[in-house]
Amino acid sequence: MSAAPQKTKSGAEQIEVTVSAVVPVNDLVTRFEFSRVDGQPFPTFSGGAHTVVIMNDDGRRRMNPYSLMSDPADTSTYAISVRRDDAGRGGSLFMHTQVKVGDVMTLSYPVNLFSLDLRARKNLFFAGGIGITPFLSMIAQLERMNGNWELHYSVRSADLGTYADDLKTKYPNNVHVYYDDQSQSIPLTDLLDGQPLGTNAYVCGPKGMIAWVHASAKEAGWPDAQVHSEEFTAPQPGKPFEVRLCKSDMTIKVGENESLLEALEREGVDAPFLCRGGACGQCETTVVSHDGEFIHRDHWLDDDQHASGTKIMPCVSRFVGASLLLDR
Amino acid sequence: MTIQFNNETFRDDYSFSNSDWAIKRFPFPFHEDSYMYSVNMEQHRGGPAGSVYEKRFDVDEHYVAEMRDRALVLADDPLRCQSLPHMTLAGWDLLELIMVSKSEDYPDLFELHRDGNRWRWVNKPMGIDDTFTFLDETTLPYGPMEYITRQAQGDFCVLDQRDDMLWMDAGMVTTQADWSLDFDIGMNFFEWHAPVPLAHEMGIFQRALKFLLNIQQGSPARRLNWTMTVNPLLDTSPENYHKWGIQKTSLTPENLGAKQHLRVELQTFFRLPRSNALVFPIRCYLCSFQDLMTMPKWGRRLHRVVRDLPEELATYKGFIDNRPMMLDYLSQYDDGLSTSRGIWPDLETEPPLQR
Repeated sequence: MSAAPQKTKSGAEQIEVTVSAVVPVNDLVTRFEFSRVDGQPFPTFSGGAHTVVIMNDDGRRRMNPYSLMSDPADTSTYAISVRRDDAGRGGSLFMHTQVKVGDVMTLSYPVNLFSLDLRARKNLFFAGGIGITPFLSMIAQLERMNGNWELHYSVRSADLGTYADDLKTKYPNNVHVYYDDQSQSIPLTDLLDGQPLGTNAYVCGPKGMIAWVHASAKEAGWPDAQVHSEEFTAPQPGKPFEVRLCKSDMTIKVGENESLLEALEREGVDAPFLCRGGACGQCETTVVSHDGEFIHRDHWLDDDQHASGTKIMPCVSRFVGASLLLDR
Repeated sequence: MTIQFNNETFRDDYSFSNSDWAIKRFPFPFHEDSYMYSVNMEQHRGGPAGSVYEKRFDVDEHYVAEMRDRALVLADDPLRCQSLPHMTLAGWDLLELIMVSKSEDYPDLFELHRDGNRWRWVNKPMGIDDTFTFLDETTLPYGPMEYITRQAQGDFCVLDQRDDMLWMDAGMVTTQADWSLDFDIGMNFFEWHAPVPLAHEMGIFQRALKFLLNIQQGSPARRLNWTMTVNPLLDTSPENYHKWGIQKTSLTPENLGAKQHLRVELQTFFRLPRSNALVFPIRCYLCSFQDLMTMPKWGRRLHRVVRDLPEELATYKGFIDNRPMMLDYLSQYDDGLSTSRGIWPDLETEPPLQR
């Protein structure tokens, strides 16, 4: 309609925040709490939502998605928990080693790609490791609504059981923790059997665990629509490659330690994005032509689309070959 | 400005009328001399002062009369307002969105006082002053969605989002262009759009759904849609087709300018925070052809759009039988001059009718 055209900028709305607390939770995980610079309340959100944290790492802009783990009804603060990834590209290390109380940072508005099915008669949660974080806000939301939930949480050891003790203390009847180092594992087959009609299952954790829950639920006759998962993929380093951009009429180079999306942004190309983890679909880009192999790492395109070589998700996927031409 | 609310009706004697102010700010939907479907979305972040795009929820001179008409429709047919059990939280989200927006955008008309979950809501035009507990349905006379949409112009569809799909799981629908909430309740996005011609083949709905699923908190969007209505009727529902459908045969060359109305929907889309649902307000604006013709640009353009509209669309929008008579009327206001781009009337720069 072009009534009052306004340029749409990429990504969600942003909020300036001050780091109000940095709390080590265990050897790998640290919690970061934020307050708003402008003193306004934070937007309330729905359990399972994430925020994209924008980091200024010595002039290099890093943007990583983290689940919001605070109570959605508490508009005075947002909190995230970050697991240190020593082999990653540096976002989590930056958070762990550089971010101090009082620092000013930028967060995106909440975005939810892992929301509760509010029709569910019962919510069955499966968490692995740092995958516990979205469930913390879901549990807070369900507790306010008198929701029916149960958590099965797999951790490496008691020392690395992020929030496991807190949860067991607070909700002794709902929370079940399984310790790898004691050879305990989630009795998935039994749990999927005999749940009341209208139960929804949710899983967040390592890739293998997500696949295990989906496959087991399918085997047990669960409808796909009642099994929900969220997995953010961190962009992986890879061989540098060149990309020709039709619309922008330029050729850019993607470095070893940056994603295609980051290279686009570095060159001032306005590319859409939201989650930056291969889950939301917002950055989907059409491939005009290519001579080489794609390294698809997203969860958005299906297998046929991956095989067709006509689409790429620049936030996590890469390319190896002689030439790549994108409609961007 | 303080709005003078009209004492008018949208039924029986049809005393509805637009003031000069309302005509000037009418959301004329055609930005060029022809029309075809498009996913014509843009951000809903205000607009020119005084325009219908300026506020999150536009309030105009028809507010009080429209709310009176809604109450009459609901008294006859309570199923115009429905909310499936899992949508109550989305209803509270919507109540908060409307109360916060209206009290901030129209502080002289609406007040919201919040003390924790103890809220006091003052709606001066409707003489309402209620205190209630947020998220406690027992403290309101209706469910939260019904309560607030009895006080807000336009229809409201509250869409649940699951499995990368939108579901029509709640709504308040009394000013609709011939569709039924009672029929569509529980349907998904493709199901409730099934009757629309051409757009499916064009891939419009796939693109629109993808856009809507990605609307985020804090980033509302909007678009316009339109149709034609004989007499200023808000409730053109399938349930009441036997009452209003027949009125389409009452047009004559003499009464057409006054009776034939262009009906424009300002559709907006907001992500709701607690429920992650999407609310889709559909605000209806009516303007008679004779009032539209006071803007020379709109006269020229409306003639060309109606003349060149594909037959399927004229049929779907319900005016194929009256199109020849409408064209006879509209052609008097088309002198063949070119028109400026965009939807605005450009009264100062567009030449008067040259005949």
